[in-house]
Formats: sequence, structure tokens, C-alpha cells
Amino acid sequence: MNENLSAAAQLTAQDFVSIPEESRKTDAIVRPSVSYWADVLRRIRQDKVAMCSLVIIGIMVILAIFAPIFSPYDYETNNLQAINLPPSAEHWFGTDQLGRDLWTRVWIGARVSLLIGLGGAIAPQIVGIFLGGISGYFGGWVDMLIMRIIDVGVCIPQLVYITLMMLVLGSGPMAIIVTIAVVGWMGAARFVRGRVLQFKNREFILAAKAQGASPMRQIFRYILPNILGQQVVSITAAIPGAIFTEAYLSFIGLGIKSPMTSWGQLAQTGSSLYRLYPYQLFIPGVLISVTILAFYLFGNSLRDALDPHLRD
Amino acid sequence: MTQSAKPVVSAAQEQTPLIQVEHLKKYFTAGKKQILKAVDDVSFSIARGETLGLVGESGCGKTTVGRTVLRLYEPDGGTIRFDGEDISHLKGSDWKQMTRRMQMVFQDPYASLNPFFTVGEIIEEGLLIHKLFPNKAERRERVLELLELVGLSKEHANRFPHEFSGGQRQRVGIARALALDPNFLICDEAISALDVSIQAQVVNMLMRFQRDMDLTYLFITHDLSMVRHIADHTAVMYLGKMVEYGITSELYSHPAHPYTVGLLSAVPVPDPEYCRTHQPAHLQGEVPSPINPKPGCRFCERCPRATARCRQEEPAFTEVSPGHYAACHNL
Amino acid sequence: MKQPILEIKDLAVSFDTYAGEVQAVRGVSFSLSPGETLAIVGESGCGKSVSMQTIMGLLPSPPSRIKSGQILYEGTDLTAKTDKEMESYRGKEFSMVFQDSMTSLNPTMRVGRQICEGIIKHQHVSRAEAKEIAIDMLRKVGLPNPEQCYRRYPHTMSGGMRQRVMIAMALCCHPKILFADEPTTALDVTMQAQILDLMNDLKNTTGTAIILVTHDLGVVAQMADRISVMYAGKIVESGTADQIFYNPRHPYTWGLLGSMPSVAQSSNNAKSELMSIPGSPPDLFAPPKGCAFAARCPYAMTACQKMDADTFTADDGHTVRCWLMDSRAPAVAPPVGRASVRGKEENA
Repeated sequence: MNENLSAAAQLTAQDFVSIPEESRKTDAIVRPSVSYWADVLRRIRQDKVAMCSLVIIGIMVILAIFAPIFSPYDYETNNLQAINLPPSAEHWFGTDQLGRDLWTRVWIGARVSLLIGLGGAIAPQIVGIFLGGISGYFGGWVDMLIMRIIDVGVCIPQLVYITLMMLVLGSGPMAIIVTIAVVGWMGAARFVRGRVLQFKNREFILAAKAQGASPMRQIFRYILPNILGQQVVSITAAIPGAIFTEAYLSFIGLGIKSPMTSWGQLAQTGSSLYRLYPYQLFIPGVLISVTILAFYLFGNSLRDALDPHLRD
Repeated sequence: MTQSAKPVVSAAQEQTPLIQVEHLKKYFTAGKKQILKAVDDVSFSIARGETLGLVGESGCGKTTVGRTVLRLYEPDGGTIRFDGEDISHLKGSDWKQMTRRMQMVFQDPYASLNPFFTVGEIIEEGLLIHKLFPNKAERRERVLELLELVGLSKEHANRFPHEFSGGQRQRVGIARALALDPNFLICDEAISALDVSIQAQVVNMLMRFQRDMDLTYLFITHDLSMVRHIADHTAVMYLGKMVEYGITSELYSHPAHPYTVGLLSAVPVPDPEYCRTHQPAHLQGEVPSPINPKPGCRFCERCPRATARCRQEEPAFTEVSPGHYAACHNL
Repeated sequence: MKQPILEIKDLAVSFDTYAGEVQAVRGVSFSLSPGETLAIVGESGCGKSVSMQTIMGLLPSPPSRIKSGQILYEGTDLTAKTDKEMESYRGKEFSMVFQDSMTSLNPTMRVGRQICEGIIKHQHVSRAEAKEIAIDMLRKVGLPNPEQCYRRYPHTMSGGMRQRVMIAMALCCHPKILFADEPTTALDVTMQAQILDLMNDLKNTTGTAIILVTHDLGVVAQMADRISVMYAGKIVESGTADQIFYNPRHPYTWGLLGSMPSVAQSSNNAKSELMSIPGSPPDLFAPPKGCAFAARCPYAMTACQKMDADTFTADDGHTVRCWLMDSRAPAVAPPVGRASVRGKEENA
């Protein structure tokens, strides 16, 4: 009858006594408590690609900050005795047509490029979250107005904005960030509006509304934290785009002007003589590519790590 | 003729009902000039300490009724009275005060809790919004008291919702609703997403709270057997209209409307012998689209008793027996 | 007794997560005879769906892993088969109907094409013949105007119609076993009644064996010949439908039966407490040492916490995994059973 006689045989009559109800724990949770962000962090750490990208980005940032400080050369002083030198122990990345040390210039350029990358990714998001949030949450004529402005705005080619803005604001990192923000907020606002609409009728928001929470409380305590993760991903994903836009603007001569420099500007200068001095083009070119790739891959990993569906 | 009469409360409850809903309407626009009449002229009242069960299939508008009564959706017509006072146009702080007295337990135990808050913070939120218990320690005390009330302990307060099982989350939802000490609780499919044994646990808990705290419930569900168990009165909805209303036991033993009859016969009975010996005729067809309904009785396409009159004229609510109303031409 | 077509022996399935191993199925054994309907009843997370998906070879590995056991289909062990080999079984030898018909059908393909694909693959017929079989099948599952349905896209149909399409698709190659995983859970009651009628009709005409996975005992009563009750990855009680409904022996089964209110109950016991099971099921990340139900069981004994119960035989074909069945245990009168589920006639 019994499949496992030995188990039953180990028990004695005392074992067949009912246990009191109070001693039972029926609602205990056995798994360790993990908060959302701790879980995200854990998944980022486990992801080799994300960690590699992060290390590359970290190296770029450290070099951009410290390399020019410890370099014996100045980024803007011409030295006509040492023009177009190939990379050597003295000039690690060689020198340019005006004899300026490229190692110093590259990392000064990195400062500008990374700053524009970060600023150009964050600025449109801030405007977008604000206007998209208002548009999505309140709806009605406010929504109508903002959406129609965007509809018209996106019809105008980006190059028209950029050229006009650059002409008005002049060149320089701030001008480029403002330009990117003016072009980029529309996409960000649409995206945020969609997310807000998606969350607005979630039951936990309705619960807050039923408890008498004000619209501001609903937006700031409930909706924003829930969409923030996605916005961080959007920002990371927009950094390569902003770096590239700067490079592209400088390359066509609209962006950073000499003696100030950026990766795009360096590439532009290098391109004129690249048959003779290929390193002048390739060094900034490779740095742009590697940085963009690192940000892109990190953005991808971050999106996966923040995806609530993947929680186990 | 098409106006549905307000069901009269029975003689035993002469005092003002806690909730009176009259001619409630909520329309949504669905595309170009298409109107979805989610709730179309629905009236009911609930006496203090009683439970009204609101049943119907998906798309019948029962959830919209609940959400409109709580003004999560603004009504397009009709009045909602709480304790005799018309609350359908209250604004600002008057409405905020009102939210302390009416609360809701939601359907989806996964979507109804903010994933970024701990369970303690979720329950605390209502107290913060209404600035009750300004002292932090007292507030904490109250949260733990509520957790204990629903059978959870203080270890659970610092955990996040995703760490809980469905039944535990629903209990957290109930604790959140009770935090403001309301008089009226709308349970919107509050048990539908739970397992059978957990449903019983939650329903028992709700019934105990009703007794202990003198709560009034609007219990919205598609589960007819659970409604029979807990509701004093039952209302049946079909495509935005109320088709039958009555004392629960009377409505279940003598269903008048053909839709109620069909609905009751479709409920599976957990008894194999009964299933072998009974072969009830089930309702055929499906619920049609609620967008731009045709004139006449909305049920006539599926109704086994439909006549030509049903296709032209909308039936009015008539009293079948004392306190038992149905909207059908062929009673 | 007939030779079973499907026999599961001591199946154990685990999921590997970052935090450790989740033992979703912890030693499940059952068998299925041709033409019979076996219901696997249990609450969410008890491992019933995982068992089914493992048998069909549908669980991705990793994270899932068959730890032990055999799945014998007509004598061949399916655990040894590769994914490629399993493909020739699925759809032909056994097929499945899922809870969510919207995600189980390809939204970009007409319904007819989806049915035909399986027919062409397994029956090696021409497209024209396949179409004929498909339309015939759509008629059999009670869809009005089958020729028109054949050309429709899934999203233009209602949930009930889609579930009928799923059933047509599952049965078009005359499988020997139909796995139905919560086939009516997403439907309204009137729709559920129609689909259950249809499944019963088809079972009687085609003789397909059905494994029905559900948590709804009302559905089980209408469909099942035999029932296995699962809790925390194990089968705790197994028997014929009558044995389980009228003479249940496991406290968990008592709880399940007792917690169902009845539409046909008499009015005087309305508003009384339902029988319920306190607390929540255990997390199979760290299953308890003894009986998994002990923490919630009103009859728990010291033995239950020490070690998991043996499988006792209560009656012919009725097995129970509970120490209450031991001769040394105190006698407990079941709170549910024959007497408490009677009295339904009033509803008729």
C-alpha cells in the first residue's frame, strides 16, 4: 500500500498530534527583499557588455578631465617648428597643421564632445518630460495645442532649424546644445505623452485619485517615477546622437570653431590632409566611433535591465 | 416609456439609503461620431450596511458604473447621492473630503499597487494625502494596525508589491482602501483575479469588515455564485442597461429576465452527478458591440423569447413581485 | 484497465534564477488512458501549467530544467527527444489549447492559413485539400459561416470565436491527446458554457483524450473523468471525479471544495463564512521540509512538519498524500463531501 514504508516507520505516535494554530506562519515571505533599483543594478553588473561599455566611457571621461591638465602642451598655442609630426614619444598623437599637440587637443575636444553629448541628450528630455507630461495628463485643449505645435514642428527639416539656430546663436557648445534641444524636444514630448497616457488609467493611479491625491501628487509621486526608468534609457540612447550631431555640425563647419576644438572639428581639420597624415583623421574618428558604440550598447543593456517584464 | 424606474427600497429600510444613483449615464466616444454608451440610464440605491451585487459579462458597463460613482470618470448625466447629498458636482476640497468616505478595491492585484512604493508606503499614502496622523510614529502605528487587520505583519511593511502573492496584494489593496475609514466600499472585480481558496479568504475578510465597521458595499463581479453568497440585493446589467434588480435570494430562485436565466444556467456547478443528469440549454451567440446600439431591447438578438415588439420598443423596468424589477416585455 | 497512452513518472522540473533554484514541479506521476479526460486542478503557481508545458516540450531550457522523471508517450520516453523530434509530435500526436487565444494566434495571418499550416505539415496533403479539412473543422467547432471565418484575421473575432478557432486548429490532425490549459478562464460565463459544451461534444465524437488544466472546480465537474489535485509542485490527491467530489480525503481538497460558494445554495446560509484556506501557498524557491500544505492545514500534525507524507491508497484508484491517512493519526471528519454538495436540484 505505502510506497515508502521507511518514512512512515520513522515516525512515532507522538508525531501524530495536531499542532496549535498560532505556531503556523502562513504568510511568510522567504525570498530576500530586493528593491527595484537594487535589482536593476544587479542586472547591469551581470551584463558583460554593459560593464565593458561603462569602463570605456569611464576611461574617456577620466582622460578628458585629466589628460589636458597633465600634458606639457597647450591646446591652442601654435608651434610652427613642429607641424604635422607623426605620433611619437614626445607628441603621443602627433601634431596638426599648426603644430599643436594632438593628444592635448583630442582630450580638450573630448570635453566638448562629451559635454555636448550629455547636455544635448538631457536638455530636450527635460523640455519633453515637462510639456509631454502636461499634455498627456491634462489632455483637452492643452494637449491639442502642444500636439499641433509638434505636428507643425516636425515637418520642418532639421537642417533648416540647425542652420538658422547656429546663425542666430553663433558657434560654441551652448549653441549646439540649445539647437539640439529645440529640435529634439518634440520627439521626447510625444514619447512622454504616450507613456503618461499609458499610466494615467493604471489602477494604482486610479487608486491614488480615489484617495483624493491632487494632480501634481499623481504626476510627481506616481507617474514620473514609473516613466523615469524609460527616460534614463532615452537619454542614454540620445547621447550618441548628440555627439554625432556635434561632430557632423563641426564637420560641415557650422559647429565648434578653431582654436576651440571638438572631436568633430578635429576630424574635419584632419580630413583635408588625410592622405598625407591619416592619423589626424583616424584618431578622432576612432574615438567618436568607440564612444558612440559604448553609449549605444550601454543604453541597450540599461533598457533590458529596467524592463519590468524581465524581473524574476 | 424608456425611462427606467428607480428601484424602491423595501419597507424595512425607510431611512435614506447611503448611496442613491439615479439615471446615471457615461458615454465614451469611440472613433468618428461613434458613441459607446457604457452606462445608459442606470439607477439603484444601497442601504447602509448592505451589499449590492452588480453582475454582468465583460463589456456590460459594470466597472464603468463603479468608477463613475467614485467620479474617477465624470458622469455624463444623472445624480449620485451619498447620504442624501448630491455629490455628482462636488469640486476641490469638498470632493477631497468625500473621498475619505468612499473607497475602492481594484481588480488587478498586480496593476493596482505602485511598484515603486513599499507596502507600508502604499497604505500610508491615503493618510498623508488627507494629513491624518501628522505624527510620524502614530502614522506608522496606524499602518501596522491596518496590515494586521488584513492578516499581514510588520515584516511585510518594508517589502515591495512584486514580492507578494496575488491574494496578499489584494489584502494590501483592501488595507489601503480601509486606511481612510470609509463608509462605502466599491469592490470592482476584487476577487476575480484570485485563486478559489484565496477568493474565499478575501470574501470572508470583506464580510467580517462589513459587520465590524458597518461598511456598505457595491460588489461588482462576473462571478454569480460569489454574489449570491455575499449580496443582499443583486442587479444584473447587459450592454449598459440594468435588466433586473431584486433581493438576491428572490432573483436567484425566480429569475425573471431571460438574460438572468441564461446567465444563471451557464454557471458551472461543482457536482459531477448534477452535470451528468442536467443538460441546461445555454444562451447562444455573443454580446454584441455596445457602440451605437439599435433601438429596442438590447438583448433581443440573443433572447429566446424575443418578439417583434422587443425589436422596436425598449422595455421599461417593471415590478415583477414586491422589490423585484425586470426590464422585459414578456414577463 | 486499458494501456495508458501517456504516463508521467516522477517528473521534477526546476527553474534556475539568479537567486537560486525554483522547484516548480517536485515529483509528479500520473497516467492517461485513451479517450479519457484527466483534470489537473490547482492554484496558480502549483506547477500544473509547467508540467503540461514540459510534457509538450514547450519550456525553454535554460532557465527550465527537467531534474528527473520520465514522460512515456505510448512507451517512448519524450524527455530524451530533441526539440526537432518533438516538433513532429506536437500538433499531430498531441496538441494544445491555451488560455489566451489572442497571443496564441498569429495576428498577421488569416485564421484559415494558420489551421492549414498544421494540416499540410502533418497530413501531407495539398493546399486545396487542407482548406477543405480546415473549413470542415471550423464548421465542427460551431463557427457560423465557416468559409468566411477562414478568411478572417484573429483580431476581428471575439474571444469566444478565437477559442473555437484554437480548438479547430488543435483537433484538425486528430491528435490522441489534447492539452487544454485553462481553456475557458478568459471567457465570460455564457461563452464558457458554450465552449465546454463544444469540448464535451468533440470528445465524445473524436475520442481524443484530454488533459484539462484549470483552477475552476465547476469546469472540472462538467468535463473530467479523473482528477489530480496539485499543490506546491506535487499531486496531493488523485481519483475519479466522484471520488474527489464526494469523498475527498486531503485537507487541501476539502479547502478547495469548501471555498466554492454555490449559485444554488439555499438562502438561509447566505452571508455565512465560506470555508477558506488561510495564508498563501509556499514559495517554491524554498519549499518547506515537510508537507508543503502543513503551514495552512487546520489538521497539521508534528509529523507533517517533519517529513512529507507518503502516498496512501484510500480506495480503488484513489490516492492521497497525507499523514491523516496513517492509522496512527486522529480520525478527522471531512467538512465537505457527499452531504455538502447536494441540494443542487433546486436550481433546475
